[in-house]
Amino acid sequence: MEKNKYKPWRSIPDDIRFEDLPTCPLAISDKGSIGNTGEWRTFRPVINKEKCTKCMTCWTYCPEGVIYEDNDELFIDYTYCKGCLICYSECPVNAIEKVREEI
Amino acid sequence: MKEHLKESVKIISGNSVAAWAARYARVQVISAYPITPQTTIVEKLSDFVDSEGWDCQYMRVESEHSVMAFLIGASFAGTRTFSATSGQGLFYMNEMLHWAAPSRLPIVLTVANRGVAPGWNIWADHQDVIASRDTGWLILFASSHQDIFDTIIQAYRIAEDPRVYLPIMVCLEGFQLSHTIEPVYFPDQSLVDEFLLDLPKNGWPHTFLDPNRPITFGSLQIPGGKVATPSSMYFEFRASIEKAMLNARTVIKEAAQDFKKIFGRDTGDLIQKYKCDDAEAVIVCAGNMARQAIAAVDKLRSEGLNVGAVKLRSYKPFPIQEFQELANNGVKGFGVLERNMAFSLNGGAASVDLKSAFYDMEPSPYVVPFIGGVGGRDITMDDQCNILKRVLNVIKNKERNVKVEYINFHGRFE
Repeated sequence: MEKNKYKPWRSIPDDIRFEDLPTCPLAISDKGSIGNTGEWRTFRPVINKEKCTKCMTCWTYCPEGVIYEDNDELFIDYTYCKGCLICYSECPVNAIEKVREEI
Repeated sequence: MKEHLKESVKIISGNSVAAWAARYARVQVISAYPITPQTTIVEKLSDFVDSEGWDCQYMRVESEHSVMAFLIGASFAGTRTFSATSGQGLFYMNEMLHWAAPSRLPIVLTVANRGVAPGWNIWADHQDVIASRDTGWLILFASSHQDIFDTIIQAYRIAEDPRVYLPIMVCLEGFQLSHTIEPVYFPDQSLVDEFLLDLPKNGWPHTFLDPNRPITFGSLQIPGGKVATPSSMYFEFRASIEKAMLNARTVIKEAAQDFKKIFGRDTGDLIQKYKCDDAEAVIVCAGNMARQAIAAVDKLRSEGLNVGAVKLRSYKPFPIQEFQELANNGVKGFGVLERNMAFSLNGGAASVDLKSAFYDMEPSPYVVPFIGGVGGRDITMDDQCNILKRVLNVIKNKERNVKVEYINFHGRFE
């Protein structure tokens, strides 16, 4: 049986043709695969480092996986944070503030 | 321990044959929702799964839509899947039919064809499957009880061929095939195992389902323009279904040849011809009407008329080349008798397709459309004899633009 030449982990060239297609449209989850989604934000969640207890509740609830820990401190990747404010709603100690984005 | 079914002859209903065929094919996942006239297929399968020996997952779900959704998931994981439905159930499943074909999943679905409500009708009629003709599914018609077994076994071989990877509907007419009883020859399991392709160990090579490498299947495809991008190939993906459909022509023929070699039975490939070699007029039918047409041909041959019969075995892919070949070999007129209405097109669906197949031929053969047997209405051998005689008359009188004729219709349609 002939193996399909497309392995899912191989990146697909930009000049793709009909002859090169895999059998079904497929997408591999990848950081920023549909662009700079941070531009969608109306409100920016900002972590108040003094109130933050690092309980990781925001990290658990973030649907985009843009909250990360570095050197025992929590950060938000604003390039991809869409501003859904779920972290703001879920934070048990109200350590996340919302700030309107300036245009 | 894999079960090994023994060679036998059973006096059996058409629906039971379908269930046995799934068991012979070593189907691994079945999803079921009842609907007349298909119900006894999934009932029989439920019995089988309950009895020892057959390693198969049987899932009862809440609707036909869920039946197909479930099979799509199971097939993505690389299993051999089966279900059955009819009429309104097929319509409820319709959205998922459209999902299965572009996902290129080799699902086999038996359709016990019935009329479309309203008025409620559960008897033999092809309107349900004709309404699903452009879903990307292959559509095969069985014409006898033995043919149900043979076609389902072949369907797995065709669907799972890497050149095809498309789902298949195997159609049998409600009650006239599904609930009548006939002797059927069941082979030794080893022959079926030899005929079918081995299931790949880690899923179909094109689906890559792997929890360690999460992938979205059927991802967004935007319209695109002059420049190709990986996320604007919608048109091209639709075209890849067409490519697989065209490949299926070859694969169906190969499967039929191999089947004949292993089982010794000639099932026909895209069509099956009966006494067509020197025929002037032929009758084209799908399903059990094709089998009765053989008797009509024999009767007219004994009266000295040069007639033949063609069983339309594959409706998708449509056997364009095969019909053109028949016309090139001297068949002048085709009487197409169908159990469906392609509204406003002067005939049933296949008569329209046949006309388009002959459009570029010079001289173009006569296509005479007939509609009969709708909603299970009787079609007798004599009706089919009259159809063949009418086609001979059309050829003799060189009639063109022949109006569709309704068989056993009460009243005058004008």
